[in-house]
Amino acid sequence: MRLGRDILLALIVLAMVVGIGFITPAFVTPQSLAGLFNDTAILIMVALGQMAVILTKCIDLSVGANIALTGVLVALVNAAHPEVPIPLLMLLAATIGLGLGALNGAMVWLVGIPPIVVTLGTLSIYRGLAFIASGGTSIVGRQMSHAFIATPRTEFLGLPLMSWFAIVLVTVFFVGMRITRTGRAFYATGGNPVAAVYAGINVGLTQFTAFSISGAIAGFCGYLWASRFTIAYVDIASGFELQVIAACVIGGISIAGGIGTVQGAVLGALFFGVVSEALPVIHISPFWQLAISGTAILGAVIINSGRERQTGRLILKEASSA
Amino acid sequence: MSDQTIVSHGIPDRPAGRFRWWKRWEVVLFAVALAIFIFNATASPYFLNPYNLSDATFNFTEKAIIGFAMALLIIAGEIDLSVASIIALSSVAMGAAAAAGFGPAILIVIGIAVGIAAGAFNGFVVTWFRIPSIIVTIATMSLFRGIAFVVLGDQVYRHYPASFAYFGQGYVWWVISFEFVLFLALAVVFAVALHWTVFGRHIYTIGNNSVTALFSGVRVDRIRFLLFVLTGMMSGVAAILLTSRIGSTRPTIAMGWELEVITMVVLGGVNILGGSGTIPGVFIAAFVMGLVTFGFGLLNVPGIVQSIFIGSLLIGAIALPIIAGRIAGRWRNA
Repeated sequence: MRLGRDILLALIVLAMVVGIGFITPAFVTPQSLAGLFNDTAILIMVALGQMAVILTKCIDLSVGANIALTGVLVALVNAAHPEVPIPLLMLLAATIGLGLGALNGAMVWLVGIPPIVVTLGTLSIYRGLAFIASGGTSIVGRQMSHAFIATPRTEFLGLPLMSWFAIVLVTVFFVGMRITRTGRAFYATGGNPVAAVYAGINVGLTQFTAFSISGAIAGFCGYLWASRFTIAYVDIASGFELQVIAACVIGGISIAGGIGTVQGAVLGALFFGVVSEALPVIHISPFWQLAISGTAILGAVIINSGRERQTGRLILKEASSA
Repeated sequence: MSDQTIVSHGIPDRPAGRFRWWKRWEVVLFAVALAIFIFNATASPYFLNPYNLSDATFNFTEKAIIGFAMALLIIAGEIDLSVASIIALSSVAMGAAAAAGFGPAILIVIGIAVGIAAGAFNGFVVTWFRIPSIIVTIATMSLFRGIAFVVLGDQVYRHYPASFAYFGQGYVWWVISFEFVLFLALAVVFAVALHWTVFGRHIYTIGNNSVTALFSGVRVDRIRFLLFVLTGMMSGVAAILLTSRIGSTRPTIAMGWELEVITMVVLGGVNILGGSGTIPGVFIAAFVMGLVTFGFGLLNVPGIVQSIFIGSLLIGAIALPIIAGRIAGRWRNA
């Protein structure tokens, strides 16, 4: 049934692309579609991290602020020391992000604060730190080294590296969620935390891991964001966290935890990618984008609501047996 | 570690002594507010000026008015992330009506009616389709603001009737603004509704265990629906005040307010998982946030840096009692 849902979503995304192709054939050329994927790469990657967090019954509202802070920090390092090699800078970005995510996770795991409160707080804190780090100014393209800007755009087998990063990460998640102990623990933790404990899974540690992964991906994307838009300042990726969560929701990842697939998250992100790329092509004002996204999320969850009802019955059984 | 994890996934209520604990929380929060007040008063010579203090109240009254309704909603175990977007929608509707030549009375009716309609929509989707409110309101957050963008685009409504300015700029007496009086009045209304009525007890019951509440004869869905309508309505009221105060409407109006309102409510001691919290707590939290914004503003601390303080306060407010309780527990066991 879940596979059916993913296929349905895939068909919807495909139908949108084909439909727009009929109006504007230029939209469905391989280059154009590759560009669409490249533009959606960051959303796909961050959505995968968010998916891991949501699977464990948590939520990470701080990814946008994480991207801003990491983006500003690596751009500053690059502006001050252009000689630092880019792979090292990427590693630095992912490490900073990992630290920020781990801080979220530690407060959820060790202190026991609800995830929404933790990440609501760190959302403000990380963005505030981005302001302090940047001194309120922007690091613009001419302060960045050539390699800093060029690396994600470097073509490899016909696709920019940015796209390859996303492809690799999707593959890692697709395999990892199935065969690794941690991947299965994400599902078990969210599906039924109490049962997970009795199955020998450290629920808190699993949630901590999910936050760390989400943070590391967001940090890595902080570099990609700064490079892609050739600017880093306090407001980059503002409100991005909600788009990421929306992509997960459209992809059928249950906010109650334990349900969701990698392909769902990718399709949810691609849905947003298609909508935002297609509107200008078919001459609809970009001001429609928010309303369309909102309607799409609402439609997706209402179609999904049959499953949520089942979850409700499950809670009833649990409560009566407890 | 493991048994503690089980506890955190149980009923989100405090064991015995909970009432005393929350009572103490408001006292702590009040002390924080007082400390910030004293700090501000000594740090800036402009702080203790009645006109400046009066200006400072505008920083939080509109958000607090939504916060009261949000507190009820969160206590009942729900959440509304769309409040800022409701403000945008409501403000756009008022702007369109003003452009069509309607007077202030009609504008108020429209502002509140749009808020009620938007809240009713949220409540309907949540209760009818049984979808978690956090998802529904993430969707309507995009939808409502999206409609505002579709209507207004990059344009702006700024031709409001002169008498409309009273709600956001008028003073009832001396430095006491209309907004502040409304804030005080609504605080009393909400405190009475939550703490001294059957309706209020039902909200706590639903938040602690909605299944038990249902089996105890509480009309769970009806109350949930009403709370969403109430939150929408208060967002409409806030939209009137804000629109009147700044005298113009853009689709980006009140952007990001939802997180500030929720921060205020949680800072006020409302359990984000539902089941506990008080209106006096939210009331004091409103002052804490307002005083921080205003005092730091006087010291030329940028708003974004203030948010570091607010964010730390939010996490610290939740973390410190937990850590303190754990240390106390260990000490008692030793």
